[in-house]
Amino acid sequence: MNDTTKFTHWRLEEQEGSALLTLDVADAGANALSSAVMQEFDQMLEQIESRSYRGLIIRSGKANGFIVGADVYEFQKIADSARAAALARGGQLVFARLARLPFPSVALIHGNCLGGGLELALACTYRIAREDEGTRLGLPEVRLGIHPGFAGTIRLPALIGHLPALDLMLSGRTVSARAARGLGLVDETVAERHLLHAAHAYIEKTPRPQRPAWWKRLPGWKPLRKPVGRLVAKPLSQKVNADHYPGPYRMLDLWVRAASEEDEAHSLGELLVSRTSRNLVNLFLLGEDLKRNGRKQPHNIQHVHVIGAGVMGADIALWAAFRGFRVSLQDKDPEALARAVKKAYGFYKKKLKKPHAIQEVMDRLMPDLAGNGLRRADLVIEAIVEKVEAKRGLFKEVEAVVRADTLLATNTSSIPLEQLAEGLRDPSRLVGLHFFNPVPQMQLVEIVRGSQSAEASLARARGFAVALDRLPLDVKSSPGFLVNRVLMPYLVEAMMMVEEGVPFADIDGAATRFGMPMGPILLADTVGLDICLSVAEMLSASLDLAVPQRLRDMVAAGHLGKKSGRGFYVYDKKGKAKKTPGGQPADTPITERLILRMLDEAVACLREGVVADADAVDTGMVYGTGFAPYLGGPMRYAETLGETGICNTLTRLAGEYGARFQPDQGWGKVGLLERRSIMRS
Amino acid sequence: MAEKKVYVVDGVRTPFLKARGQQGAFSAADLAVAAGRPLLARMPFAASEIDEAIVGCVIAAPDEANIARIIALRLGCGKGVPAYTVQRNCASGLQALSNGRERIALGQADLILAGGTEAMSRSPIQWNAAMVAWLANILRAKNVGARLKAVAGFRLAQLSPVYTLLLGLTDPVVKLNMGQTAEIVAHRFGLTREVQDAYALQSHQRLAAAIDSGVMKDEIEPLYDTRGKVYSIDDGMRRDTDIEQLGRLKPVFDRKYGSVTSGNSSQVTDGAGMLMLASEDAVKRHHLPVLGELLGDAWAGVEPSQMGLGPVHAVAKLLKRFDLKMDDLALMELNEAFAAQVLGCQAAWDSPEYARDELGLDKPLGRMDPARLNVDGGAVAIGHPVGASGARITLHLLKALKRRGGGLGIASLCIGGGQGGAMLVRVAGDTA
Repeated sequence: MNDTTKFTHWRLEEQEGSALLTLDVADAGANALSSAVMQEFDQMLEQIESRSYRGLIIRSGKANGFIVGADVYEFQKIADSARAAALARGGQLVFARLARLPFPSVALIHGNCLGGGLELALACTYRIAREDEGTRLGLPEVRLGIHPGFAGTIRLPALIGHLPALDLMLSGRTVSARAARGLGLVDETVAERHLLHAAHAYIEKTPRPQRPAWWKRLPGWKPLRKPVGRLVAKPLSQKVNADHYPGPYRMLDLWVRAASEEDEAHSLGELLVSRTSRNLVNLFLLGEDLKRNGRKQPHNIQHVHVIGAGVMGADIALWAAFRGFRVSLQDKDPEALARAVKKAYGFYKKKLKKPHAIQEVMDRLMPDLAGNGLRRADLVIEAIVEKVEAKRGLFKEVEAVVRADTLLATNTSSIPLEQLAEGLRDPSRLVGLHFFNPVPQMQLVEIVRGSQSAEASLARARGFAVALDRLPLDVKSSPGFLVNRVLMPYLVEAMMMVEEGVPFADIDGAATRFGMPMGPILLADTVGLDICLSVAEMLSASLDLAVPQRLRDMVAAGHLGKKSGRGFYVYDKKGKAKKTPGGQPADTPITERLILRMLDEAVACLREGVVADADAVDTGMVYGTGFAPYLGGPMRYAETLGETGICNTLTRLAGEYGARFQPDQGWGKVGLLERRSIMRS
Repeated sequence: MAEKKVYVVDGVRTPFLKARGQQGAFSAADLAVAAGRPLLARMPFAASEIDEAIVGCVIAAPDEANIARIIALRLGCGKGVPAYTVQRNCASGLQALSNGRERIALGQADLILAGGTEAMSRSPIQWNAAMVAWLANILRAKNVGARLKAVAGFRLAQLSPVYTLLLGLTDPVVKLNMGQTAEIVAHRFGLTREVQDAYALQSHQRLAAAIDSGVMKDEIEPLYDTRGKVYSIDDGMRRDTDIEQLGRLKPVFDRKYGSVTSGNSSQVTDGAGMLMLASEDAVKRHHLPVLGELLGDAWAGVEPSQMGLGPVHAVAKLLKRFDLKMDDLALMELNEAFAAQVLGCQAAWDSPEYARDELGLDKPLGRMDPARLNVDGGAVAIGHPVGASGARITLHLLKALKRRGGGLGIASLCIGGGQGGAMLVRVAGDTA
């Protein structure tokens, strides 16, 4: 290769005798290590190593970050494990070349430095990170069902010590620049203006590279690896089901065996083509797709006015202010506002830690007894009681005060938008923004389209949701929209089993073993039985759903779930459910009954056009309820089971347990389970 | 050049919170932000469109240098809005309005956010000079021996703290605290303990009546702390107090023979008030509602030991300049630093000798009709966060005039150090 080679993604300059290499992937918002980028990197390194530089500095030309990792879109195209392993091995060799350079190398890290991006940085002699909140480092591969494949599982333990490395890789969590400095993951953190100075200083002085203290190196001693591996596996198995998510266990196994780079590549190859990884990657890409869809149009929203400081309203306000919006939170009850302010403060304190940062966000969040914020609001979100009359009246009042271009949104979970839009002068600006509880954790927002909603209004709502770092899922305004509607038969079925005498623990255990994050009984208690009852009643007519008597009785008796200290379970002061006696094991197919009710309802939603396609069902249920991600979502799971088999089982269950199991007429209809292939743009 | 008209669009104040020994829940900047935020939210223009922010504050915390700029930035005015802080002791808030008024009257600004704030409960407590010297000696010591010697110079007296609040409330020239100046005024006009207490009781009763009628909601926005507590009204108000209870309190300034007690003095409190001032152009351009007009202000100096009489002179000047009589005023807000001082001002306005000797007038101006003076109570019941009071009484005067169908009014304060300030306002209406 000679100097005249044209590079599209990498740019090389000389600065103070060192090579300054900038990665700026063409036609992309963020740097990802696609095979083309890796190939060019290899050629670039070949050039660089042949010259007598004092050192090499690698940085990103993207304002938003260093490198987000491997190119996940390429994962879909890899058909077999041997090909995947070969790709990983190729990457390892490139990074080995980087590590072998005859002069020191420095990675200058800002923004996201994830996965393969961090593995690249690990192959450098030094790492210097920009010291702001935006800088995040980590190896989140386990979240896609795989593990690092560019020798990260080997280099990270050597750099920061074995236990911290395992913790970081097994959890997939990311850390701030400051935390990375504490771990020894980076050598120094500096302000933006000193990044290059610092890099040149390291090349100049060549201090001894970072090395963990002896006691951090100790667990890596060969005879200790097995027992340490068992110690690490124990808490892991509490959190992650090895049958569903083999990735972290495979990684731990590599470590215990002190495996080679080739072993790592081989193991990655197998994981990458596994069902779990395929599904997780697909879900990730579906989420990215929703975000991209939401970014298409500017939302033009700066000031958000939230009405109703209950749990949802307060959380929406808290989160919107946290994400940079000016927020006014209105409620007639000053005590409710006071509680919301307290909660927000607690949340910001935990997240931001620094007093001035907390103050900045708190200043953006205005408790607003009188509704002062309405006139300046670009978006009004209604989150008051679920009563049609009250909401309709409120929107009329609001419309009289707000500007003509203010977007109106409701957080209703079940009332059709058309009913709320009645009486508005401009009903086209009313959309649904249906958040899930707890707002700061639940990634999904249903963008509800009433027949009267204008596309421009919906586009703004989507853009707003993305600005909140949420995934905007388009749903049609019909009772329960998608998520609650699909979830409700599952909850009701669980309660019916309770009435049949099936122990709670068996029901919840079956659901969690299936892969749900929480059993249906515990979920109902957590959401609040009063809320469950009101949603169930709202949906009972249209879905032909029998509301369990037991639920009515419990709500009437004031047993509302976790918040009242007692629901199905009894809770201690910390809100932990007390153990319930096991009772007689039930002779009923718990999992089948729970899950098939959900799948059947999901098909009904598709048939009615509540969402666009099967992918939308999967995205909604996984990001909105945590439906077993390794299965890819209810529709992908249905695909695996086969429609005929499902219908047969449903018919059998209908004979045994009642007509509610009668298969929906949507089953078997052509195209129902067809899916898109997700492209980059 | 003729002055341009200066309008007040609207204003908001926080509840005034009595200092109860501990640091209050809000810093002075927090308080001003809590008042300014809803005010700006009501405006049809963006916070970044104002020309300037001016805030009065007497004892800002050490980390609140030029607090006005901190407040403007925290309110989201953006980097482009300049801001400065004014300090004229008890009239700092009024001074901010005066400065803002002038800028608009001269045609140099269209929109000014002006007001005052004070967190008296957070007044810093400092090391005394001996402690500072001791620390400096240790730092300067060159070797271990010298350092040990310097450390050994420690004396217990160094631990006695300096309360900046007490210093701030003491006139450094005549070395009298503010309460003692009130004692002097009480003595000069023969104001008994009984008339002072009766006036104090009336202040509480008037405030209670105003709160009960709901009118205070026009100007007060609640405060919310980070622990889930909401503050909706001035918490120093005592509904349960009566003349007997007030009579049992001991004098606090001239302890043995005095008549000024904590019951008939203003309360040490935290609070803020912010107003939006606008030119005629701005009112037209943004279709702003108009609360009232700031016509002009006057300032006067008096004997520091009788600083409570400052308003007597400032009001006299202002009336003269606008060719008005006391009776032309529909309402007056005369800040109740002390009951004795308000009553002293009234007595001075009534006194032919005072008129002749001190004001240079042929005949006295005559007192302000007590039924139209501090109609909804004053600082004795509400409290007197020194930097904020000028903004509070001006805002309240405007709102009270509006409720009464308009008219002329004066907001006036006495100022530690021996001054008085007064602002003449007009609210359009039936009687204006």
